[in-house]
Amino acid sequence: MKFSKITAIMFAMMLMPGLDAFAQFSDPSSSPLSAMTVPQAQQLQPGELASSLKAEAAERPLVLQVGSRVMFAQAHIPGSVFAGPGSQPSGLQSLEKAVAATPKGKLVVIYCGCCPWNRCPNIGPAFKRLHDLGFTNVKALYIEKNFGDDWVAQGYAVDKGE
Amino acid sequence: MHILRLFRPTFWVVILFACGLCAQAPPPDLVHKPAPAFARRDLSGKKIKLRMYRGKVVLLNFWATWCAPCQVELPRFETWQKELGAQGLQIVAVSMDDDATPVRSTVRRLHLDFPVVMGDARLGDEYGGVLGLPVTYLIDRDGKIVAKFKGESDLDAMEREMELALHKR
Repeated sequence: MKFSKITAIMFAMMLMPGLDAFAQFSDPSSSPLSAMTVPQAQQLQPGELASSLKAEAAERPLVLQVGSRVMFAQAHIPGSVFAGPGSQPSGLQSLEKAVAATPKGKLVVIYCGCCPWNRCPNIGPAFKRLHDLGFTNVKALYIEKNFGDDWVAQGYAVDKGE
Repeated sequence: MHILRLFRPTFWVVILFACGLCAQAPPPDLVHKPAPAFARRDLSGKKIKLRMYRGKVVLLNFWATWCAPCQVELPRFETWQKELGAQGLQIVAVSMDDDATPVRSTVRRLHLDFPVVMGDARLGDEYGGVLGLPVTYLIDRDGKIVAKFKGESDLDAMEREMELALHKR
């Protein structure tokens, strides 16, 4: 009995960092699903993605930006598609349209970089929606701080505009 | 003859290399430089020009409704505006949301009284690329950027910098 209580407390403590991200939203109903819900095995490091983008076109993943259009227009990964912010219903609808013609087994990489990973409101919902749609090979680009610091400033290629 | 020189391979190699440098170049550091001028309408339709705040200390904050750390900062900025406005502080917030509807809702919910304008990629570029939020610039009374705060900032440290700028005449 005591053991199960300790286990429950430890489990709650493990969830704390993820919950903390949303404690910042003063309107709790607007709290989206945390990027912390993406399993580590489904996370892709920037260097890994940059390498995979050098492959032949057919072998390249479908790369989707699930953040804001304003940020996409400033800088985005070459070849990536703006799919709408995952934290908003309109963004998830846009995401569904963006993958409508994509085979379910294709590698799909989502990224945002609007905020630090543990604060990103867009990755978690977009990741879940793709899984719910039946995509079996979805990865999320792990951006620790933001797209500017972890991709652009690292010298990885970027495109600008819509 | 000069035109023919343009077709020399070395010319194009230099041009392509320069373009490559442009694409990879880190964003310019704007600290100690004049704040890029801009003019926008705020959410109430009033024209806001950065220039009109010359003589005041401006805290220019880039934020978005979906940015969790931004939601922590905004109420503090509102407090500062109320407490330090008479000393010459002016908060100006630039939302990097794609749509003004959620911005209006957040402004109402947080009772923000300072000007809030909608940003875009061009304004982001002019401020060195706003590719992660929040980003806040502290601009002195002469219109020069004196500090930049990125990400989850230490608001106490930001307040100290702001007070220094307010007391500098």
